[in-house]
This record gives sequence, structure tokens and C-alpha cells, in this order.
Amino acid sequence: MTAYIIRRLLVLPIILIGVTLLIFAMLQVLGPVERSALYVRDIPHSETALDAVIRRYGLDQPFYKQYWYWLVGRVDPETGETVGGVLRGELGYSRTGREPVVDTLKRRIPMTVELAIWSMIPIVFIGIWLGIKAALNHNKWPDQLARVVAILGYSFPTFVFGLLVLLVFYARLGWFPPGRLSTEFSQEILKPGFVNYTQMVSIDSLLNLRFDIFLDSLRHLILPVVTLSYLSWALLLKVTRSSMLEALRQDYVTTARAKGLSEKVVVNRHVRKNALIPVATIAGTTVAALLNGVVITETIFNLPGIGSAAAAAALSLDVLTMLGFALFTAALFILVNLVVDIMYGVLDPRVRLE
Amino acid sequence: MSADVVSSPVQLDDEYLDEQSRLEKLVGPEWARLLRGIVTNPLSVAGLIILAGFVLMAVFAPVLAPPINENWDSKIIPRDGFSAEPKPPGTPWERNKPNTIPFWYGITGNDDWVHLFGTTSGQYDIWYGVIWGSRTALFVGTLVVTSSAIIGILIGSTAGFYGGWVDETLMRLVEIFIAFPFLVAALILASILVPIFGRSIWPASIALIAFGWTGYARLLRGDILSTKERDYVQAAQASGARDIHLILRHILPNAIYPTLVVLSLDMGAIVLSFAALSFLGIGVQEGYADWGQIVSFARSWILTLDKHWYIIVFPGIALLLYGMGWNLVGDALRDILDPKMRGR
Repeated sequence: MTAYIIRRLLVLPIILIGVTLLIFAMLQVLGPVERSALYVRDIPHSETALDAVIRRYGLDQPFYKQYWYWLVGRVDPETGETVGGVLRGELGYSRTGREPVVDTLKRRIPMTVELAIWSMIPIVFIGIWLGIKAALNHNKWPDQLARVVAILGYSFPTFVFGLLVLLVFYARLGWFPPGRLSTEFSQEILKPGFVNYTQMVSIDSLLNLRFDIFLDSLRHLILPVVTLSYLSWALLLKVTRSSMLEALRQDYVTTARAKGLSEKVVVNRHVRKNALIPVATIAGTTVAALLNGVVITETIFNLPGIGSAAAAAALSLDVLTMLGFALFTAALFILVNLVVDIMYGVLDPRVRLE
Repeated sequence: MSADVVSSPVQLDDEYLDEQSRLEKLVGPEWARLLRGIVTNPLSVAGLIILAGFVLMAVFAPVLAPPINENWDSKIIPRDGFSAEPKPPGTPWERNKPNTIPFWYGITGNDDWVHLFGTTSGQYDIWYGVIWGSRTALFVGTLVVTSSAIIGILIGSTAGFYGGWVDETLMRLVEIFIAFPFLVAALILASILVPIFGRSIWPASIALIAFGWTGYARLLRGDILSTKERDYVQAAQASGARDIHLILRHILPNAIYPTLVVLSLDMGAIVLSFAALSFLGIGVQEGYADWGQIVSFARSWILTLDKHWYIIVFPGIALLLYGMGWNLVGDALRDILDPKMRGR
């Protein structure tokens, strides 16, 4: 087990170098002029000033040198300070946000995290619950229903789904509006009496004991949460179902039944525990689905998260903001996959032995 | 390995057996099982019918939605004026209408062209876009899936066959590419490519290929690792077969089946991703016959979607059905090829 974790950790630096190289290579598609936004807020217009900036920050140097500067920063020959360096959290200046990319990310992450947290509830409950029900009623109606839900979930493009629920539940019925809060409350949370502990409205309102604001934020969250998560319900449902079916066919289940145990005990003690191990491994896929989904979901529902920032940046070809987003998502994704791999090793003894 | 022949009772009439063995002789037992499975499973039959519908739609696009004249670039949706307000289905077509009325047009109950599915802002005809969009979907899907499969198969089979440091290097390369969530990576690369290629199908397609091959590489590598240990491969190797011959003749044909499942699922999924990029504005130019691009017009009408439902409903149904067709076929293929499901 220890060897397995060590091996996994040893590969990590190689992946990180590869990922940063890949992002840096994409950055090279830009000319040195556009790349100077890594260091200066406003790119100068005059030719001589531009040349000075390019020389000052080494933007005309060979690829490997520039990569190193980009990674760890560079001592500014004029002021003696260290400038840039993504490892120091300097991602350059966002053209759309008119501010450092890091600030855009920091300000917008809470919204995205809030959306992701609420999405986990239906993913886990609907996905796993329906998956287990389907397997226990193999080929009966709950199973058929699960199949239809899964196939529909896979085939529905997120943006069409999001617009359709807006059409029905907002434009037609007027139940769930887009945006983050109703107008009257969005002023309220800026007042001094309201403390923003986490910057997540649904959680802060609870901490401030403002249940009216909490309910309003839930009303705004329901449609985006469903839109963001239905693909993951489908995924989890499918994996849980097939994994349960597989576990139900094992010899130890036959043995347990032969011992005269009730079906309930067989399922709870013998089947479910083993069936849920593979389910844990798709946590990585779920995170990927959520990260892909926030770009679309936040754009449609007009939510100020990092996904909508990335979409806006992509539209105006603001490469630095996008690469900041790429770096963030890749780092998060690598971390999640590492945790999942290690967890899988802990949960499943067969992996440990390999 | 035809379990059904062994288990089938002797009284099966000769004709049936004849037909079965003829098919097997033609394509081999595994392919015969696969083809039989696909046409007997009701879900995959439904999928095949849907897909056949889209192929027919693409083939007969010039009849279903004639371009406005002979010199018209058929990929561009004709527009009836420039006004920003979308018009509902059934609005008469004033300017730039097709100069022919096809024979089937009578069943719509109109003598002259109307906007059957309405128009978007900028007065692009939605019916035309949905019909010709099927060509874009089939073309982009085939292009992206074939290219990424070829790259993935080349890399995966090299890694699996040679093993050792070749395998290590190539698999680390794969891990670097899968460190990015797929759509996020494609969005970023596509938007970087837009200034180079201009707004067309190419930036998004290239980006989807660049990050889409990894699945095939990993799958094929795994399959090859297990296949190359089989006796018949060892035997061929011992009798002096060259590497390339071994891979093409003995390993690939036996390792390729799981790839087929992913291939068919991807044919749908890639088109949905391409549409998502188009929807976000990183794709084809405005007015190009592409389903995602039509839906993207709805972004300006979020607050009045109940009035302008037709902008998302018609292209949305096309996208949903297209994705569903491939998913149904892919799912059925997976069941047929799953050794645990064999003989059930």
C-alpha cells in the first residue's frame, strides 16, 4: 500500500511539469506584445515603450528561459523586485476584468464552490439511491425508469437543458428566476449588519440567521443545481446499477442466501458495501463533469462564478484569464484524482496487492 | 465462440443455420454476433432508426431546405432581413426566400415559403439551420472521432505493445492531457486557435481532437497488454512475424471491440461538446448552419424565452435526438460485447 502511494506521488511532479508546459505552450501562441500582460496592467501603445517592456521582462528570450521566468518569476532589473511567476500566484492581468487574474479567480470561486456543494446532494442521493433500486428490481419498472433517466441524461446537452428549464420554470411559470438573489436582498447582503463569512450567500444567510435571504438564495440555486448535476446523476446511477448487479451475482451472495439470511440483510451487509467501492472511483469523473458544467451553467443562469468568467474570457479571447482558469481546474482535478486513487487502494484490498 | 449455436436445439431448420454460418463466414464469429445483437436489441434498433433519420436529413437537405439560389453557399443560413426580434413559426418569408418550392411543401398547408420553425434574431431561418445542421453534425462528429481514434490507437498500441519506457513515457503524456477537464481544455484551446483559423468549424474541431484522443489510447493500451499475452500472439511471434504484422493482423483485430463502444458513444458526445462550444461563441461564425450556434441566439432572450421558445426547442430536439441515437447504439454494443452478459 505504501509503495503504491509513493509511486503515485513520484509521478505527480512529472504531471505538474507537463501540465504547466502545456499551458505555457498555449501561451506561446500569443505574440510577445500580448504576453507582456503577464507583467503589466496596460500594454503600452508606443513601439519604444513596448520594446522596453519586452526586454525588461525577458519576453524575447528562448522558450526554456521564458518558461522558467513564467513559473517562478523574474527579478526586475530596474526595481530589483521579483515579478510574475505562477508558482507565486502571479497569473498576469485579465483583459476583461481589468485586474490581476488571481483576484478574479478569488472573488468568483465561492459562487462556484457553493453551486458544487449543493449539487452533491442530488448527485449522491438520486444517483446512488435510484441505482440501487434499479439493480434490486432488475428488468422491472424502476430499472427501466433508471435506464431512461440515464440515457436522457447523457444525451441532453447541458446548455439546451438549462435553457429549457429556464423557459418552463422561469419564463412560463415564474417560479425560479436566474441570477444569484432577488434585487431587494442583493442590497441587503451588502449592508454592514450582514457578515459575509464565506461569500456563499446560501451559507452566510444561515450564519446570519436571515432565513428569508436563505430561502431566496435557494430559489435561485435550484435550477442551476439541477442543470449542473443531472449529468452526474445519470453517471452515478449507471455505475451504481451495474456495480450492484455485479455484486449480486457473486458466490458470497449465494452463500449468504443459502444460509437463510433475509434478503434485506444480504443486501445491506454483503452486497451494498462491496458494490459501492467502484462508485467511489468515479468521484474524479464527477468533479470533471462539474468543472465542465459550471462554464455553461453559470453562463446561462448569470451567476458570478469562475465558469462564467472563463466563458466571458473565451469569448473575448482573453487568454491569460483562461489559462489561469485552466491552471486552477487542472490543479484541482489532479488533487481529486490523487485522493481518489489512494482512497481506492484503501477501500479495495485487491488494488493494494498489485 | 458461438455459444448460441451450441446451445440451440437441433431442430432449428437448416435455412436458419445456413444464414447464420454464411454471415459468420463473411465477417467472422465475433462480428456476426455483434451485427446480430445490434439489429435484435430493441434499444439499438431505435437508435439506428434515429440515426438513419439524420443521415436521410443530411442527404436530402437540398430538397428539404433548398438554398435560395444555385450559387448560395449551402452552409450559410439565409436571412430574411436584419431585424433583431425573432419571428415565430409560420411567419411569411419576405426577403431572400428559396426560389423553388419543393414537391412536399403542400403538406405544410402553405403555397409559398414561410419560416416553418421561425427565425432567430437577425432573421436566420431556423428550419434551414436545423436541416443543414445535420450535415455539420455528421461531418464534425466523423472528422473529430476518426482523427482522435487514429491518434489514440497509434499511441495506445505503441505503448501497449512495446511496454517499458515507451509505455511509461506515452502514458505520462496521456496523464498530462487528462489533467484538464475535457470541455474546459477544448474551450481554451479553441479560443486560442480562433485568431489563427478564423471563425469556422476548425478551431473547435482541432481542440476537440487535441484533447479527445486520450480515452482511445488508454483503452487500447489496456486491451493490447492483455491480448499480447495470448497463445496465438506468442505463436505468431515465435514463428518470426514482424511487429507491424503482429499488431495489425493478430492484436488489433482482437483488441478493438471495446474501442467500438467508445467510438459510437463519442460520435454523439463530441457533437454535443462542439455544440456547447458554439453556444459559448467559440465556434462557427454567426449564421453557419450549426445547431449549437442557433441555440446561442437564445442567450439574448433569456427573460422572454416563453415567447421565443422556438429558438431553443427545434435545434435542441435535434441535438437531443442525435446524442440519444448514438448513446442507444453504444449502450447496446457495450452489452453485446460484455463477456459477462454473453448468452443472456
